[in-house]
Parts: sequence; structure tokens; C-alpha cells
Amino acid sequence: MSAVLVALAFLAAPCGVALLVIGHRADRVAPGISLGITAATLAAAIVAFIARPSVSLGFISPTGATLAVDGLSAVLLLTVTAVTLLVLVFAVAEKTAPAARFHGLMLIFSAAVVVTVTATSLPALLAAWEIMGAASYALIGFHWQQPRTVPAGLVAFTVTRTADLGLYAAAGAAVAGGVGWSLSDLAGAPSPWLHVIAAGVLVAGLGKAAQLPFSFWLSRAMEGPSPVSALLHSAAMVAMGAYLLLRLEPVLLVSEWAAPTAAWLGAATTIVLGLIALAQTDLKQLLAASTAAQLGFVVLAAGVGSTAGGTAQLVGHAATKALLFLGAGAWLAATGTKQLAALRGVARRWPLLGVLVLVGAVTLAGLPPFALWWTKDAVLAGALETSPALYAAGLLGAALSAAYSVKIIATVWAKPDPRDGEKRRGDRRWDTEERGTRRVPAGALAPMIALAVAALVLGATAVPALAGPFRSLIGGTGDPQATVPELAVSAVIAVIVVLLVGLRGVPPLPGALAWFGLERAAELVVAGPALRLADGLSRFDQRLDAAVDGSARVLGALAGGLSRFDDRLDAAVDHTGRATDRIARAMLALDRGVDLGVERIASAVGRLGRTAGRLQTGRIADYYSAAAVVTIAALLLLIVVR
Amino acid sequence: MLSVVIFLPVVVAVVLAVARRTPTGVTRWVWVGTTAVDLTLTVLVAATPAADGTLQGEEQWEWMPGVGSSYHVGVDGLSVPLLLMSGVVFLVCALWSLRATDRPRPQAALFLFLQSSCLGVFASQDLILFFLFFDLSIVGMYFVIAGWGHGNPRRSALKFFLYTFLGSLALLLGFIGLYLGATPHSFDMVELSRSGAFTGAPWLASLVLAAIVIGLAIKTPTFPFHSWLPPAHTDAPTIGSVVLASVLLKLGTYGFVRIAIPMLPDAWRSWAGVIVAVGIVSVLYGALVAMAQTDVKRMIAFTSINHMGYVVLAVGAAGIVGSTSAQAQQLAITGAVTQMVSHGLVTGALFLLAGVFYDRTGSYDLRDYGGLARPAPRFAAFFAIASFASLGLPGFSGFIAEFQIFTGSIGTTWWALIALPGILITAVLLLRAFQRVFTGPTENLAQGFLDLRPRETVSLAILLGMSVVIGIFPAPLLAMIQPAAEAVVATLSP
Repeated sequence: MSAVLVALAFLAAPCGVALLVIGHRADRVAPGISLGITAATLAAAIVAFIARPSVSLGFISPTGATLAVDGLSAVLLLTVTAVTLLVLVFAVAEKTAPAARFHGLMLIFSAAVVVTVTATSLPALLAAWEIMGAASYALIGFHWQQPRTVPAGLVAFTVTRTADLGLYAAAGAAVAGGVGWSLSDLAGAPSPWLHVIAAGVLVAGLGKAAQLPFSFWLSRAMEGPSPVSALLHSAAMVAMGAYLLLRLEPVLLVSEWAAPTAAWLGAATTIVLGLIALAQTDLKQLLAASTAAQLGFVVLAAGVGSTAGGTAQLVGHAATKALLFLGAGAWLAATGTKQLAALRGVARRWPLLGVLVLVGAVTLAGLPPFALWWTKDAVLAGALETSPALYAAGLLGAALSAAYSVKIIATVWAKPDPRDGEKRRGDRRWDTEERGTRRVPAGALAPMIALAVAALVLGATAVPALAGPFRSLIGGTGDPQATVPELAVSAVIAVIVVLLVGLRGVPPLPGALAWFGLERAAELVVAGPALRLADGLSRFDQRLDAAVDGSARVLGALAGGLSRFDDRLDAAVDHTGRATDRIARAMLALDRGVDLGVERIASAVGRLGRTAGRLQTGRIADYYSAAAVVTIAALLLLIVVR
Repeated sequence: MLSVVIFLPVVVAVVLAVARRTPTGVTRWVWVGTTAVDLTLTVLVAATPAADGTLQGEEQWEWMPGVGSSYHVGVDGLSVPLLLMSGVVFLVCALWSLRATDRPRPQAALFLFLQSSCLGVFASQDLILFFLFFDLSIVGMYFVIAGWGHGNPRRSALKFFLYTFLGSLALLLGFIGLYLGATPHSFDMVELSRSGAFTGAPWLASLVLAAIVIGLAIKTPTFPFHSWLPPAHTDAPTIGSVVLASVLLKLGTYGFVRIAIPMLPDAWRSWAGVIVAVGIVSVLYGALVAMAQTDVKRMIAFTSINHMGYVVLAVGAAGIVGSTSAQAQQLAITGAVTQMVSHGLVTGALFLLAGVFYDRTGSYDLRDYGGLARPAPRFAAFFAIASFASLGLPGFSGFIAEFQIFTGSIGTTWWALIALPGILITAVLLLRAFQRVFTGPTENLAQGFLDLRPRETVSLAILLGMSVVIGIFPAPLLAMIQPAAEAVVATLSP
């Protein structure tokens, strides 16, 4: 069975690399290969779900690449492999090009996700974790000819790698604490090191999951192609940040401070990023902010020890958000814009797509009976058990989800503006970002239908009466469950907010529109000072260099003095040389054959010497002699002391 | 056999130097052939296991019995990886120069001479022999820079020569100290490592260690002894830079694990904190100053200071001995040696890539380019791969090295945490350079830029391919290093 796991983890990566290496010549076959591999990976994930294989491979340490499938990773494996396949079907339908590079990078990325989910040891986890980040860099900057994409990728990579340093620190602390790199042993580390591990894991998870204060990189990541956003920035990469916190929940709980910190940061993210989402005027930006906000619930769950609820939310959100990102992508391709103002009434032109997006948005709003209503309440039940204030914060976040979701619905299903005239309504504001195709291919709709069905039924993971098997799968049978009054409260809040926003609209929130200046703050506090420090040190380095040159001149003067001494030494050496010469001549007289050979070598060496001589300035002779004198002095010292 | 590995290149070098009428084409292929044969022989030596209590390929001949010095060579897990890496780097240099037109025959002879002197350092088991090879490598590199460099090569070469020669004199002083400190007096490295020197005189031991550490720190180089490195790299010819960064810098770091730690373990333990501090400063200083550079070669030179800083950090941290620190110390030493190999491969590739800039346009200035990925996609791909390898992305050798260095160093001292931002700054600076040069609209000197030629592609693929192999299957390399690292750690236990 372990072969299934190895295939699952390592089949996609070499194929991805091969596609990248072959490049354009593989553009025609790339979609087929890519879909075939991801389908096989999904099949392997299903087998792994049933068989629960494990395999132990060496990587840095003899068990550094131990992979295993337990309940949590089985669920996430199914989720990510299924979403990957669906997203790639969409990308093939939308003809994302150049295909070889796109599918190559996506395959490498998906392999890294599979390893991240199944790794039970830090070396493999960290390796896959960082490869995800690098693949994300390359995918965000996929259209590198455009000036904004690659810098956006760099921001995303830099911010997430900053957080990744936490995992390096945790791995070091595990060695210092003597517990080894197995994830299940980390919680047993002794005191100061346990806190380093907890802090490191927390920072790494928060960074990847785009939680506060790291959230801004996700905004920049929206420069990437839509399928990339649908996979990396909804179901896979950001979700891995939340997964890490769920996986290492015991470490957070044992440390005593890390779990509440995670819970409150998660809650704060649902509110702050909820506000940001509500203020956005760009559909993908809205979705990005809402991703961070929804993952805030998962992080909150990890902080209060509600693994089952958190996992249900993670999975439900993955399907919902992938669906919405694909919808945004389909409209971006068709209309050439993702500005909400330009997308008014667009659902009426493509009604099937409009209905699918409606399903996604209603789910995101937390309206009954869709998935996120159930899953979010499972998380909030855990919050209520920990602290009423946390529960209230969570409810506020839930209200904001309803608000930004209904903003999407109200926009895309709006009645056409009468000023735009009957025909080609809204068209005049399209094509601002790229040239729209004015069509949505059927192949792009098919995966969205599957995701919409998932968004409907995944609530079963958290419906109190049905969730039993799921909860025992995750190992969270004792987790608190939402009660009927709680479910009613959240439903009522969602309905009220939906009605309010639907009727009254959203007031402009300028601060939230600019993501509360998070990126600017990071620039001011971290990036700016670092660059200034680099410039300052560079100037210092030049001065250091000048000082060294100055001391070399002093040495030169010294060498001058020594060289006068050396002249005398030289004369003595010459004398010896002449003696050698005489002997050599005597020897040469003995054998004319040898004579010829030696002379030839001597002349060659002489020529080489002259070439070398031409390379030198006059002064190097001085330096050489000074060096020689010091060497001789050292040897004399040796002989004397001996 | 080991002696053949060491001296084969220099013998061919002499033949090439003397045979003036050799056709240029023959010269080039003789150079490639010699390096290939020498690498094969090195692999054979590495594959032959050592008999109990001896070294692989060990040979000892009487040389200067009066001063306790002999011709003694032999290799173990610390030196074999470096010998193999050097062999690969010299082979790649020969391949890279297959179309060289500037005095190819003396160049080949000089590089073969340089190869012998570098391999000799790694194989030496006698301090005098070590010193001899060490100094010859400096002389060889002086002529490479002065003779084939550009910009202001003589000045840079002279600076390189003076500075590193000064370092080697400090080293000699230290070696003489070691000799005097050992009873019976000896220059034999195996004996010195077994018995240690100045075991009862901590202050004398510290002085000797200071001389050795300064000598090695100049060669490595670490902050504040690094100022010879950037001008030497900027003005050196491409393959000169490659050898300088990939092989010559390792002579310094190799000295730490081969000489400083095992021969003066007590002094090393007492001063380990200072070494750690120097390592941390080098890591951060090298990375930050690199970020401010606009000359691609200067930038890579400063990342070398950063990368060598990790090695110094690790060997320093290995000296901080606690009751349960053996595992961490071993990780640190293994990581340090892995980093030497990894840096040799990856930075070699980066300097080859830098050479392509100069070859095509004569400018190393990052600001002269933009959107270069359009006219030169293969060049862009290799630069991106080399950048990711250099910033320590998993899947490349750098991650294996840095993960071990950091976990091992943090395992013995929490001060090592301060160096962690180094891997972040390196990532930013390399990707910023990539972004500046290769992406966006094609402009300035990027227009009409000729993509990599097949010979260049092959050379780069060899270096980066090896980095990937080590990055994905580190086990064989680590299995080679670990026993030797264990031995080093054993000498450190009080």
C-alpha cells in the first residue's frame, strides 16, 4: 500500500519538471498529461483514504520523509486532489497558455501539497512547504511580461518565507529540546524550547494562511491567473497554513499561550478581513480578503481545540471559494474585467454561470442550509465553550461574511443600468484588464457544477445529527457541537444582514478598500529599514575597503625598507645561482642530448617567466620579497625555538 | 592512487606549458580529458573503503624527518566530498573554455596547476604539505586574475595576493605553534588530531588558535576580512571567479573542520562563542550588503560571504558542548561540509551565468538589462534555477545544508536564531535581481542578447544537476560525511 502513497506524493513532481524542461514543444500534450496525472492522483487519494498507508523514507534524517495518512490528512488529500483536478479542467477549457509551463508548475505545486498534507516529520514538511511557496511565486508571476505580476509574486514569496522561518526555528528547537522531528513528538519538548516550537509553528501557519498581520500578500497574489487563485489561494496553499495549525494543535494547547493567541488572531482576521472584503471594488480582491477571513474561522478552531469543526470549515470553504474564484475567472476571461462596477448584471447574460456563483455566494454568506452555515457554527460552538467574547467576535465575522457575499450577488444579478441601452449592456466598461472572449466554455462550467454540489452537501460534515462519522474520522468526537439555538442565531443574523445589505447597499469604506495599509505598514516597518540598512552597510563596506588599502600602503612602505635588505640577500642568491650555473654547465658537457632538452625547457620556462613578468607591476617584486623574508623569518624562528 | 589524483593535472600542465606548438584544439581537449580522468580517479579513491584505522588512499613518504614532516596524504568524509566537488568544478571550467581564444594553452596549464594545488590541500595530512599547496593555490589564482582578468585586474590580483598571503603567513605561524605545542613535535595532521596540541596550556593554545583562525578567516572570508573578495571576483575572468568561489574559499572553511577544531579542541570550545558571533555577522552583513549591489558579480561575491557565514556559524556552534548536544553538534558539522559542497556547485553556476552577461555585452550592471527572458529564455531559466538553489530552496543542495546548519546550531545555542533572516534576505536579493534583469518589457542591453550556447548549457546543467541530486537524495553524501563529523565531534568532548 505504501506504493500508493509514494505514487501519490511523487508522481506529479517529475512529470511537472519534465514539462518545464521540455517547454514549448510540450505545449500540445501538456493538458492531457496534466489531467491524466491529477486524475491518477485523485484515484490514489481515494485508495489512500481507505487503506491509510504509511511509508518511511530517509531525507536528512533516516526518517525525515515519513509520510502517513490519518483521518485529517485523508480528508484533506481528497479535498486538494479533487479541487486540483477540477481547477485544471477549468484551466484547460479556458486554454491557459503557455500550457507546458502552467501545467508543469501546477503539477509541482500539487505534489508539494500532497507531501505537506501527509508528512509526519519536519524535514519533509518544511521542504514541501517551501516548494509550495516557490511554486506560488512562479505561478503568480506566470505572465512575467506584465510589469505587476512578478513583483506581486515576490511580495507573496517574501512574506510567506518570513513566516516559514518559524518552522526552521521550530526544527532547531526540536533538536535543542531533544524530541526529534516527528510532528507527534513536538508537544513533548521541554520548557523553553516548547515555546519556541509553538511560536514558530504559529507564525508559519499564520503567514501561509494569510492571517493578520501577514494578510496583504494575498491581495498581491491576485495578479496571478484565475486558476492559480482558485487552487493556491482558496483550497490548497493558504489552506495548508490552517492545516498546519490544526495538525499541531497539541503543541499550541500545551504551550498555553499559543492557542488563545491563535484563536484571537483568527477571530480578528475574520472581522478585519471581513471589513476589507466588504469594501473591495474588484471581485478577485473581495474573494481574496474573504479567503483570509474564512480561514480565520479555521485558525480560531485550532486555537480552541475544535479540530473537527475546523476541518469541516476548511473543506467546505475550499469547495466554495474554488467555485467563486473559477466564476470570477470565467467572467474575467469573457468580459476582460473583474471590477464589480463593470460586472453589474453580468449573471443575466450568462445565467448558468450566474446560478453557480449564486450558490457559491449564498454558501459563503453562511445562509442555511448550505455547508458553511453548519461548519462555521461548529467552530463557533467551540469558541463559546472557551470564551463568550470569542464567540461574539466570531458572530461578528459571520455577519460580515453574509454582508460581502450578498454584495457579490447584488452586483452580478443587478438589473441592467437603463443608461447602458438595451443591447450589449455594460460592454462599454469591459476589456479594461484584458481582451474578453465574450464566451464561457462548457468545459469551464462542468467543474464548477461539481464544486457547487460539494458546497451544498459538505455541510454534512458538521450537521450535528450526521457528523458522527466525520468527527470520529478526524478524532474530534468530544468536540463541542452547535446547538439549535446557536444555529438559529447565526441563521437569523445572516438573513438580517443579507436583507440589510441587499436593500441599503454598502457604504464606502476607504480604509478597508486599501487593506488598512497593511502592506504600506510592512514596507515602513520592515522592508524600508532593511533596504536602508543594506545601503548603509554597503557604504560602510566601501570605507572598510579603503581602510584596508590604506594599511596596504603602510605595508608597502615597510616592504620598501625590507627590499633594501632583500637586495643584499638577492646578491647572495645570485652568487649561489652562478655556482649552480657552473655545475649545470659541467653536467651539460657530460651529455649533449640532455643538454638540448634542458635548454629547451629552460627557454620555455624563461618565456613563461617573461610573460609572467609582464603581468606584474614593479612593486609586486617588493611584496614578494617581503613575503619571502617573513616566511624565512618564520622558518628561522622555528629552527631557533626548536 | 591519491598522489596520481593530486599530481596528474600539474604533470599535464607542465607538458602543456612546454609544448608550445600544440594545436589549440588539442590543448582544449587535453584539458577537458585530464580533468575528466582526474575526476574518475577521485571517484575510484572515494569508492575504495579504508582499512581499519587508516585513511582512504593513505600514502606516507619520508620527506623532512628532521622537523617531523612527511609527505602524507589521505582522505576521509570531510575531504572526499570537497575533492569530488572540486573535480566537477574544474571539469566544468575546462568545458566552459572549449571556445576560449585568449591564450588557451597557458590558461589550461595554469588551471591544471591550480587544480593540483587545490586537490593537494584537501588531501594533505601534513601541515607543511598543506601550507605548501595552500600557498601555491594563491600564486596560481594571482596569475589567473592578473593575466586573464578585466577591469583593473592587476590591482585586484595584487590585493588578493597580498591579503590572502598575509592570511597564509598567520596560518604558518599557527602551524609552527601547533608543531611546538605537540609532544613529540610533529607536523603530522593525523597525530596532531589524535593527541591535540597545548593540552595543558590554555593561553598558548588560544594564541595559536587565534593565528590559525585569522588565517582561515581571511581565506574563507568572513567579516571583517572579506574586502579582497569583491574586487577579486569583479575583475577575475569567469572561470577564475568560479574556481575562486567554488574551490579556493573552501580551503578556508575546510581548515576549520580539519585543523582548528580537532587539533585545538579545548581552545575551540572556549572561543566558540566568538566564532558563532563572527558567523552570524557574516551571514547578515553579507546578505544585506549583497542586497545593495548593482553589479551582478559583486552581488554574488557578497552572497558567498553570507553562505560561508553559515559554515562559520555551524563550526562555531559545534564547539558549544552540552550534556545532550552531540546530535546537534553532528548536524552542524555535517551541514557545514554539505554547505561547502553545495556552495561550490551553486555559486559556480551563478558565476558562470554572470560571465554570460560580460561575454555578451561587457556589462555586469543589473540596471542595464530588463525583460531578458524574451530574447534569452534558457538563460533566464538557468538564472532562476541557480537563484532558487542559492537561496536554499528545498529540492536543491542548499536546503540540505542550511536545514542542518540551522537545526544543529540552534540545537547548541539559541544565538543562531539571529542568523535566520539571512535566508530570507538572500531570497529577496536574488529574486529582485532576477526580476530586474529578466522580467517586464525588454529594454537596453537585453535587446538582441544571445541565449545560452549548448556548451554553456551543458556546463550549467552539470553543476545545477548535481545540486538537485544532492537536494533530493542527500543520503549518500550525508553517509559519507557523517562518520567524519562524528569523529570531529568526538574530539570536542571534554
